[in-house]
Amino acid sequence: MSISGIKKEFPIFSNKIHNNDLVYLDSANSSQKPQSVIDRVNEFYTNEFSNTGRSVHYLAVAATNLYENTRSSVQNYINAKDKNEIVFTKGATEAINLVANTFGQKYLEKGDEILITELEHHSNYVPWHFLRQSKGIKIEFAEINDDGEITLESIEKKINSKTKLIAITHLSNVTGAVLPVKEITELAHSKGIAVLVDGCQGAPHLKLDMQDIDCDFYAISCHKMYGPTGLGVLYAKKKWLEQLPPYQGGGGMINDVKKDSITYGDLPNKYEAGTMATAQVIAFDQSIKFLEKVGIESMIKHEQELIEYGQEILKRNNSVKLIGNPKNRAAVLSFTIEGVHPHDIATILDEDGVAIRAGHHCCQILHDKLGISASARASLGVYNTKEDLDQLNSSINNCKKIFNL
Amino acid sequence: MNIKELYQEIILEHGKNPRNLRKTENFNKDAMGKNPLCGDNVHVFLKLDENKKVEDISFEGSGCAISMASASIMTDLIKGKEEVEVKEIVSDFLGMIKENPELKSKNLEEDEKTKLMCLSGVKQYPMRVKCATLSWHTLISAIDNTQEEINTEKLD
Repeated sequence: MSISGIKKEFPIFSNKIHNNDLVYLDSANSSQKPQSVIDRVNEFYTNEFSNTGRSVHYLAVAATNLYENTRSSVQNYINAKDKNEIVFTKGATEAINLVANTFGQKYLEKGDEILITELEHHSNYVPWHFLRQSKGIKIEFAEINDDGEITLESIEKKINSKTKLIAITHLSNVTGAVLPVKEITELAHSKGIAVLVDGCQGAPHLKLDMQDIDCDFYAISCHKMYGPTGLGVLYAKKKWLEQLPPYQGGGGMINDVKKDSITYGDLPNKYEAGTMATAQVIAFDQSIKFLEKVGIESMIKHEQELIEYGQEILKRNNSVKLIGNPKNRAAVLSFTIEGVHPHDIATILDEDGVAIRAGHHCCQILHDKLGISASARASLGVYNTKEDLDQLNSSINNCKKIFNL
Repeated sequence: MNIKELYQEIILEHGKNPRNLRKTENFNKDAMGKNPLCGDNVHVFLKLDENKKVEDISFEGSGCAISMASASIMTDLIKGKEEVEVKEIVSDFLGMIKENPELKSKNLEEDEKTKLMCLSGVKQYPMRVKCATLSWHTLISAIDNTQEEINTEKLD
C-alpha cells in the first residue's frame, strides 16, 4: 500500500470541517480509523456476533477464534516470545494500572522506589502515586535535559538500591523525544530492576520488538494505532504474568470456584476477567494488517521526513517556539507562540480545519518544569502530508495576524 | 461565524493588557477558580466597604485571551456597584452566555452592556464558554464566601 494517497483509506478525510479540508494533527491524542477497521466492527456486529470463550455454539467458537487470532497478530507485530504474553485491557491506562496494582501488591514495600521521568503522561504517574499513598513507596523523577530528552545518564543518576521498577515512556507526547528504552532496560536489568515502557506514543510510530527491547512490561493504546477505542494491550513477560496476582476478579479468569477456595485460570485468561471488548479486539486485527500493508519501514521514513519538514518550517516562523529539540524526535511538534495562549491558537486553527491539541496534554509535571501552563501540539499520523504542515504554518500565520503579532 | 467575531479588538486588547490584574490591598473577600482541563486559573480579590459597595476588585491568574479579557472587563464593570447589583449582573451575564440573546440587567449602562456583549461570540464555541465564565463564577464564590474553589468541570 503506497503512502501517497493513503488518506483515501480514511473516510473521515472526505468530510469538510468549517468548509475546509480536515488537516488532522491530533493523532497523539487519538488516530483516525481506516475503512477496513470500521467495516470490521460493523461486520462482526452484523453477521458474526457472539461472546467469546463461553459457549460451544458455532458463533461463539468463531468469535473466540477471531479474538485469539488478534492476540497472535499482536504477538507477531511486537515480536513477543509467547502469545500468552499479550493481555487485552480497556486501554493503556488500565494496562499500567494492572501492573501498578499487581506488582505493587506483591513486590513493593514502604520505602521502595519507583523511578519515572518528568516526561511521563499522568497515566504513568498517577497509578504509582496510588502506591505512594497506600504503601508508602517513593516516586523519583529522572530529569529532562535542555532539549527535552531523557538520557541513560539521567536515569542512572536516580537509581539506587531501593529502586524496584523503572516506568518510562517510549516516546514523549510533548517533546517528541524517543527514549533509549533498550539501553535503559539493559542498565535496569543489570541491577535487578524491572522496566515498564509506556508505549502509547511509541507503538504507533516506532518498530516494536519486545525481545530486542527486553522490557518486562509494555503498554499499548489501540486507538492511537488506527484501532478502536476502549482497547489496550499489556505485553508482559510470561514470568511476571505467572508470578503476579490477578488484577480483577470475575467470570472467565477462574479455574475452579468453591465456597471456601478459588483457583485462577491459566494465561492469558487470568488477566481478562469479564466480557472483553470483543468487537474492538477483532477489529484491531485490521489495524495491524493496515500497518503491515503500509510497511513499518515506509511509515517511519514518511513520518521522519514530515517531522523534519515540520521542525524546519516552524523554526523559521518567528514567534513560534518549539518545545524540546531532541536529536531523536518522532511524530510530535509542541510549540508556543509568544503572546497567544495555546487555547486561542487551537480555536483559530480549528476555523481552518486544522485540528491540534492545546493544554498540558496530561503532562503537568513537564509543563511546570518548562514554566508554562499549556502548549499547542501538532502530532502526526501516517496520513499526514507536507501540505498539511504547510497549512498548519499558514494557519499559525493567520493566528499571529489576528493577534496583531 | 467568523473567528474575528470571537476575537474582537476589544477582547484582544483586554486580553493583552488586562485591567486590575493585581492583588487588592486589604481585600475582605476572595476566591479561587480553575479550569482543570486547560490549567487556567484565577484568583479574585474583593474589597467591600461598610455599605457593601465594591470599593476595589482585582484578580490574579493566567489563561487564554478570552478568560483574561472576561476577567478584565468584569472587574472594570463591577467596581463601584453594590453587592446585590453585582450578583444580579453576574447572573444576567451567565444567562446571556448560556442562552439569552441579550443582557437585561437594569444595573448596567448601555455602554457597559455593549462592552459585555463583545464576549457573546463564545456562544458559538461551546468548548470556550468556560473560559469566559470562570472569573464570574469565582466572583460569586468570593461574595458568598463559599470557601470552595470553583472548578469549571463541576459547574452546569
